[in-house]
Amino acid sequence: MNVGIVIVSHSPLVAEGVADMVRQMVGDEVGLAWCGGDPAGGLGTSVEAITKAIDKAWSDAGVAVLVDLGGAETNTEMAIEIIGEPRASRITICNAPIVEGAIMAATEASGGAPLASVVATAEELSPL
Amino acid sequence: MTGNVDFRSLVAAMAETIAANAERLTELDSAIGDGDHGANMKRGFEAVSGDLEQLAAKPFPEALKAAGMKLVMTVGGASGPLFGTFFMTLGKELTEETDRAGFVTAFEKAVDAVAARGKSRAGQKTMLDVLYPMLEAMKQGADPDAVAARAEAAAEATIPMLATRGRASFLGERSIGHMDPGAASVALLAGAVAQTLKSHEGA
Repeated sequence: MNVGIVIVSHSPLVAEGVADMVRQMVGDEVGLAWCGGDPAGGLGTSVEAITKAIDKAWSDAGVAVLVDLGGAETNTEMAIEIIGEPRASRITICNAPIVEGAIMAATEASGGAPLASVVATAEELSPL
Repeated sequence: MTGNVDFRSLVAAMAETIAANAERLTELDSAIGDGDHGANMKRGFEAVSGDLEQLAAKPFPEALKAAGMKLVMTVGGASGPLFGTFFMTLGKELTEETDRAGFVTAFEKAVDAVAARGKSRAGQKTMLDVLYPMLEAMKQGADPDAVAARAEAAAEATIPMLATRGRASFLGERSIGHMDPGAASVALLAGAVAQTLKSHEGA
C-alpha cells in the first residue's frame, strides 16, 4: 500500500488545482485528498476538513501532508494531535513548497517508497 | 478562584467583547496579516456561545476544554489552534478546587502550550507578548483588573515591535507601527474576564 498525500491550502482552488496536477502527473497509484477554506467557506483552513482529508487519503503506510502558509501548518498539527496514536506518528507534514512538494512526494509514493523517503524527497525542494 | 463565577457569564462576556471589536481586530489584521482575525474569532466565540448550555452543564475544567476544542474547530485561522490550545490546556490543568496559586500554575502551562503550538516565544510580536506579561502580573499577585490593565499595556507595546513569527513576519520592517491582532484579542478577553469577575464579586 502506497503512502497517501494530503494537500492543505488556504484556498480550495489552490488545493484542488494541486491535486489535479498530482493526478495528471502521477496517476491513481496514491491515495490523494485535498482541503482548503475556513469553516465559513472563506480563505483559511479547517481542522475538521484536514482531519477528513487525512481519513480519506489514509494508508497504513502513512500520509504525507503538504501545506501552504502558517495557519495551514498549525491547523494540520492540531488535526494530527486530535487523530492521535497509533495513526498520528504515521502522518508527517512536509516542509516543502506545496505544488512541487506534492508532485515530488506523490511520485515517490507511487513507487511504493516508505513515508520517510516520501517526505525527504519533497523536502529536498526546500531552501536550507 | 473560579468557584464563585459561572462559566456562562465568562463566555458571554468574552463573546460579546470579541463581537463588538471584530471589525477593529480585522482592521489590525488587514494591516499586517490576512485580514480575517476579527471575523474568525467572532465565528469561534459565536460557536462556543451556541453550545453554551451543553458546555455549562459540564464541570468548569471540562467546559473549558470543550470550549477550546470548539475554537479549534471553528475559528479557521492559526488563531483556532492557538486560542483553542490555551483554553484546552487551562481546562486540563485546573480542577474545580484549584486555588489562586494553582490557577497561576495552570495559566503558565496554558501559555507555554500556546508557545509550543505556535513554535514561538516572547518578543516576536504575537499573542504571547500579552500572555507572558499577564502571567508575570499574576505571579506578582495582581488582581484581575490589574492583570487586564497589564494586558492592555502589553498589547499597546506590540505596536513598535518587529514581527518575527506569524504572517506579519512576512512584512519585515513594515510590521512595525501596528498592534498585533492576536495580542489585541488576548487583551480584550482579559478585560472581559476581569469585568465579569468584578461584577460577580460585587453581587
